Amino acid sequence: MTAEALPPPRRARFALPQGPLAWRAFLIQAVVLVAIAAFLLWVGRNVIANIARLNINTGFSFLSRPAGFEIAQKLIGYGDSASYFDVFVIALLNTVVLTAVAIVFATMLGFVIGIARLSSNRLVAGVAAAYVELIRNIPLLLQLFYWYFAVLRPLPGPRQSLNFLDLAFLNKRGLFLPYPVFESGFGVLALTVLVMIVLGLVLAWMNARHRRRTGSGLHSVRLIALLLLIPPPIAAWLTGFPLSWDVPALAGFNFTGGMTVIPEFVAMAIALSLYGAAYIAEIVRSGIRAVPTGQIDAARAIGLRPGPINRLIVIPQALRVILPPLGTQYIVLLKNSSLAAAIAYPDLMLVFAGTVLNQTGQPLEVMLVTMASYVLIGLAIGAVINLLNRRVQLVER
Amino acid sequence: MKRGLVLAAAFAALLCTSASAATLDTIKQRGTVNCGTAPNLPGFAYTDDKNVRRGFDVDMCRALAAAVLGDADKVQLSPLGLRDGFATLTTGGVDVLTHRLTWTYNRDNGSGLDFLMVVYYDGQGFMVPKAMNVKSVNDLKGASICVAQGSTTELNIADYFRARKMDYRIVTFADLDEARNAYEQGRCDAWTNDRSALAARGLQLKNRDAHVILPEIISKEPIGPIVRQNDSQWAHIVRWTLFALIAAEELGVTQTNVEEMKKSEVPEIKRLLGIGDDLGQKNGLSADWAYQAIRQVGNYGEIFERHLGEKTRLGLSRGQNRLWKDGGLMMAPPFR
Repeated sequence: MTAEALPPPRRARFALPQGPLAWRAFLIQAVVLVAIAAFLLWVGRNVIANIARLNINTGFSFLSRPAGFEIAQKLIGYGDSASYFDVFVIALLNTVVLTAVAIVFATMLGFVIGIARLSSNRLVAGVAAAYVELIRNIPLLLQLFYWYFAVLRPLPGPRQSLNFLDLAFLNKRGLFLPYPVFESGFGVLALTVLVMIVLGLVLAWMNARHRRRTGSGLHSVRLIALLLLIPPPIAAWLTGFPLSWDVPALAGFNFTGGMTVIPEFVAMAIALSLYGAAYIAEIVRSGIRAVPTGQIDAARAIGLRPGPINRLIVIPQALRVILPPLGTQYIVLLKNSSLAAAIAYPDLMLVFAGTVLNQTGQPLEVMLVTMASYVLIGLAIGAVINLLNRRVQLVER
Repeated sequence: MKRGLVLAAAFAALLCTSASAATLDTIKQRGTVNCGTAPNLPGFAYTDDKNVRRGFDVDMCRALAAAVLGDADKVQLSPLGLRDGFATLTTGGVDVLTHRLTWTYNRDNGSGLDFLMVVYYDGQGFMVPKAMNVKSVNDLKGASICVAQGSTTELNIADYFRARKMDYRIVTFADLDEARNAYEQGRCDAWTNDRSALAARGLQLKNRDAHVILPEIISKEPIGPIVRQNDSQWAHIVRWTLFALIAAEELGVTQTNVEEMKKSEVPEIKRLLGIGDDLGQKNGLSADWAYQAIRQVGNYGEIFERHLGEKTRLGLSRGQNRLWKDGGLMMAPPFR
């Protein structure tokens, strides 16, 4: 008996309800929809009427008014006449940078601890378990305060800073590092380096392809790779070494020059990373446990060592289980970054939904913009995770 | 948590009806005067060890309750922060803010609020460790300064330092106590706030004598009660009740002698205390509204000395808050 191909599924199209039961369902849905729309309309009209009655300013025109106050960490230029919109961008950047750093370190630490917890070494597994249980069960705000004062207390004042080769300084006011100053001609140098890197990648790809086809690498590939290292130093010498450093120096109360990493950022990054790592460790552990043990047995049977077993067999399959909750945990880290308001890290909540809200007196608009920002960043994180997720999913017919 | 309060207040705005009941009627019906005060500021609004709310701002509220409802204890005090203070007032959560919020153009206009009068003239100052040997704010070039955010503090520093072309590093905290803790730890060289707050919160420094408040006052911070816009009657009641406290001090009427003052022959005292003339009826109050406020809470000077004066831990002098005839700025319009 020949198997016939199934007809392709028909796309659902809107069809009129057939029969009294379908009509009743349709009517109920229509009534509910109208009720919700009416409620939203009534709410909207109430807001407008109350705002008019109370004579409150509305609208987003405040974003173009000058802000006039100072911010502790500014990743882009901020002059005297900067507007509230510039303040919003600076605060948003601070939030994004903090969240990114926290995500990176939390993931790295979380994977290590998660795998450690599964170790056959009882001490290692015990320490990992203790870490997870401790960090998970203490509120993040408390941990944040602890790290802030734990970071601040032992550090010396500016006059007695810890000195690293006179280039970098560490004290209560922050970590002061030299900042590169790009002079003219740096573009040429950067371009040269970039071209060499691209050529190197192409070379690596060609080598891998050759190896796949013939079993041995390209002839004298190492020699060619070494040749790629020659042009950049020549370019640097020709353009006169267009890179100097702005070294921080003590002037009066504080260090000026160079770039500063404020202690608030460090404390928040530490607290968020450790906190996220505890949760990610559990996610990783559950993902690895979800891989059927038969896989590991089969891998051992064909002679693989523990390192390649983990790398080639266990982790790729574990990722299917790990990625979705990992995305959730990243978004949780994003939202937890808003606790920065407690320790003076100038993020979106403290600067925009705090100072700007108070100075402009327009809580509705400011909160709307803040909420929309968090939603958009969270959606972006979720989209990236979903993309990665799709790549590791099992291909099903 | 405070975020949630703002959003809840906004939601309350959505749900309240368009018809606005007059605040006085609402208060009489409810039976209490709802005031918003600072959560924990020694001298102004704090909870003592018997769990009773006390302070300068609390007494302002109690005076209102005594005038309107006849009983100074019929108050409901809501501790509000800087962020949710205004929102709670505009959405009806409180009837009046007896808080530490400065009267500024931007706050008065276009935010649905009315500032009524000044009950406390404050100004922004700086506290520095004595060991730093700084004698004036102008020596703070390049310094790190701890600030509590949201108030006019940040703008005042920015304006002051910009005008003198001095740069500085700011460290902005959401909470006054956190700012003070960081200053104590050495995170910043100086700590700035209204001088009354420096005096009040500075009490909690471990070694208060190692710190000094610099002489400069870099801003005007007029502080007074705030009510919702478009409620003239309630605004007048609040304003004139607090003026009555100032007038009482001008006329020499105190909490202890107010009973005998009822027999006084001075016309203005008689009008103030409601003898032979009923000023209260114009605002829907009883004739002895001012008498009740003075008898139960005291006059302005007594309230000041009780909570902020030189005999208290804060040790603030009256300064600009003296009566006009003593060289200060406190004056009540005539009760005539």
